[in-house]
Amino acid sequence: MDNDQAHFDEMLGATGARPPYAGYDAWFNAQDRARLAKKAAEAEAFFRRTGITFNVYGQSDAEERLIPFDLVPRIVSSSEWARLSRGIEQRVRAINAFLYDIYNRQEILKAGIVPIDLIAKNAAFLPQMMDFNPPGGVYTHIVGTDIVRTGENDFYVLEDNARTPSGVSYMLENRETMLQMFPELFSKIKVKPVSDYPKSLRRSLEASAPSTCEGRPCVAVLTPGIHNSAYFEHSFLADQMGVELVEGHDLRVIDGHIAMRTTRGYRQIDVLYRRVDDDFLDPMTFNPSSMLGVPGIMDVYRAGNITIANAPGTGVADDKAIYSYMPEIVEFYTGERAILKNVETHRCSEPDALKYVLENLADLVVKEVHGSGGYGMLVGPAASKKEIMAFAAKLKSNPGNYIAQPTLSLSTVPIFTKKGLAPRHVDLRPFALVSPGGVNITPGGLTRVALKAGSLVVNSSQGGGTKDTWILED
Amino acid sequence: MLGKTAGGLYWMFRFLERAENTARLIEAGFRIALTRSNDAESEWKSVIITSAAQQAFEARHDKYSSANVVNFLLRDPEHPSSVLSVTKSARDNARLVRTALTTEVWAAVNETWMVLTETLKRPIPETELPAVLATIRQQSALVRGALVGTMLRNDIFDFCRLGTFVERIDSTARIIDVKYYALLPAPSFVGSRMDNVQWETILRSVSAHRSFRWAVEDDFTAPAIADFLILDDRMPRSLSHCAAQLVNNLGHLAKDYGEAMPSHALADRMNARLKDRDIGSIFDEGLHEFVGSILRENAAIGMQIEIDYRFNY
Repeated sequence: MDNDQAHFDEMLGATGARPPYAGYDAWFNAQDRARLAKKAAEAEAFFRRTGITFNVYGQSDAEERLIPFDLVPRIVSSSEWARLSRGIEQRVRAINAFLYDIYNRQEILKAGIVPIDLIAKNAAFLPQMMDFNPPGGVYTHIVGTDIVRTGENDFYVLEDNARTPSGVSYMLENRETMLQMFPELFSKIKVKPVSDYPKSLRRSLEASAPSTCEGRPCVAVLTPGIHNSAYFEHSFLADQMGVELVEGHDLRVIDGHIAMRTTRGYRQIDVLYRRVDDDFLDPMTFNPSSMLGVPGIMDVYRAGNITIANAPGTGVADDKAIYSYMPEIVEFYTGERAILKNVETHRCSEPDALKYVLENLADLVVKEVHGSGGYGMLVGPAASKKEIMAFAAKLKSNPGNYIAQPTLSLSTVPIFTKKGLAPRHVDLRPFALVSPGGVNITPGGLTRVALKAGSLVVNSSQGGGTKDTWILED
Repeated sequence: MLGKTAGGLYWMFRFLERAENTARLIEAGFRIALTRSNDAESEWKSVIITSAAQQAFEARHDKYSSANVVNFLLRDPEHPSSVLSVTKSARDNARLVRTALTTEVWAAVNETWMVLTETLKRPIPETELPAVLATIRQQSALVRGALVGTMLRNDIFDFCRLGTFVERIDSTARIIDVKYYALLPAPSFVGSRMDNVQWETILRSVSAHRSFRWAVEDDFTAPAIADFLILDDRMPRSLSHCAAQLVNNLGHLAKDYGEAMPSHALADRMNARLKDRDIGSIFDEGLHEFVGSILRENAAIGMQIEIDYRFNY
């Protein structure tokens, strides 16, 4: 369902292509449409053959699916990017400072800026992390910041993914695909490369190794296994970094360290890039029935003998209730105004906000505080009366579980369809790497695109697609 | 390398080899069913016995008909050694060890899985069976080609090859074991119709009916065929060739890791039993007993490799 609002289209303005798209637009108009359609089919076959797929939970007949790839790139100028990356860096630094504070002196709670209940009653808060300083002082080694745009100069942060953000493999593979399909484009238009990401990730992880580590730190990626929805990405990243991809049952605690079982015996690991949720990380500390983690790893961690990236307990910084305090959090720790805006957020735990939300459900987007992947949310303008009524009942029974935001008039970028270019809503997830040496943001990111006309839901699990994201050189 | 990765590589290639061997067995059985319809049922039964699936088959089917056997061996998802099942297992293992494979090998296995899953979706009519079996063999050749053509000759490669040859020894030994009576030199049967059918089937089961003629110059006697399958190093599916390959790949591992493991001694022993032997001495020992002991030794080598290189614990 589309509404009548005029959306900001990033490619085509009222007077033709916007400046960042000028080069691409000229190239595109000179292309034979049938050839492009053929290229699109080739790209799909390539993804299928190389197994760039994700698993969808609860769909047995389509265990592995492709994320549809659209061949029109999303283009960001270098000045737009400069502002975005400054804003992301500021936010990422604030999040790390916030986590350190929450797990140590809790100044921000004492100052009354963030309500203590939001932490104390937060399932993502881990008491085991109290009074512990992770190696190098880094909590969120990898952050994926979801950004949306509503106008020429209006960027908003929609979400801070500070636990185990996924999607970076698509940033890399989408670029590879574009380079293969349209090499001539990259000689015409100067696009900043993203291919250094795996190297930067490895360096950043190595730099975060425990201080007691001698020699080159041994890094490994921990995956829940081949049935996990993001398994492709786990194996892709391990492969690209040149490190082992391990599962819980490959690891054990030996002499106070974590070690992996190799064909030649056990070998010590210094940095574990884990793609397993906190709950499943250590059956001795958290969920006792977990088969995915390593019994005893939290003891090794607290003894300072391994780096876990991201640190356990970072989820306390990225749920949607904390999100609503991010402008204050940024200011509290950096002393600066937040460069990137927050979306106005109504906390349904507050009676006035709840009342407002219930009265305006048809215009709002309501999300679960701990939800992700587009599950369990209501998009008011796209919902039927019946769906809204049903959701209102859920909301009333557990208001603290929800936040609501206005439906933003998200920007669009065209996708290539049989009938030519057609505008579709997009968001953007750049990836920031944090190490004791600083923050490194790869110039690019994952652009997700809603494939249905008018749809605002870009999640791949809900039928969204992806685009290559170009950050232009000056 | 992770122990789990070594295990994934080993099993991936065992499963791929099994898919190919099953296709060969069906091809030989199908040939008999077409040309000697009186023998068809007993031939299909011996195909099932050779695949070590008699119990599982009889639990599902009453009759050893072409359709039943072909369906069971090619596309029964409940049968863990059907081509459909082993292709999926091979691909699951490939996903598990993806970081150890070249893009070409991964893409070849993934494509094999996509092609065969599609091909084996529906029951295979008799008219299409030859084409389907050819597809299985072609896909298998594709993966092997990618492996040999693109992989570094390191421990990763050795574990792949170990899986291939442990599985192949098992397959060739079973074929001989099930048909050993046809290979016994019983003068009264030589040249009889029965004998010729059996010999032809045996050679077809290892796709060697043509190469045998070239290599052994048309000496269609039981000892010559037994010698070809057991002791001829030139024949890529013979027991002696495969055993020598096992010793070879284990030797690379020993050199690479600076340590020979117990599985090496076991493989050396089996290899020694096949090297510079005279087929007559094997007949003296008893063909059935000999092949049975090779099967047991081969299984023990497989298990010892899993322990030596920490596949599971």
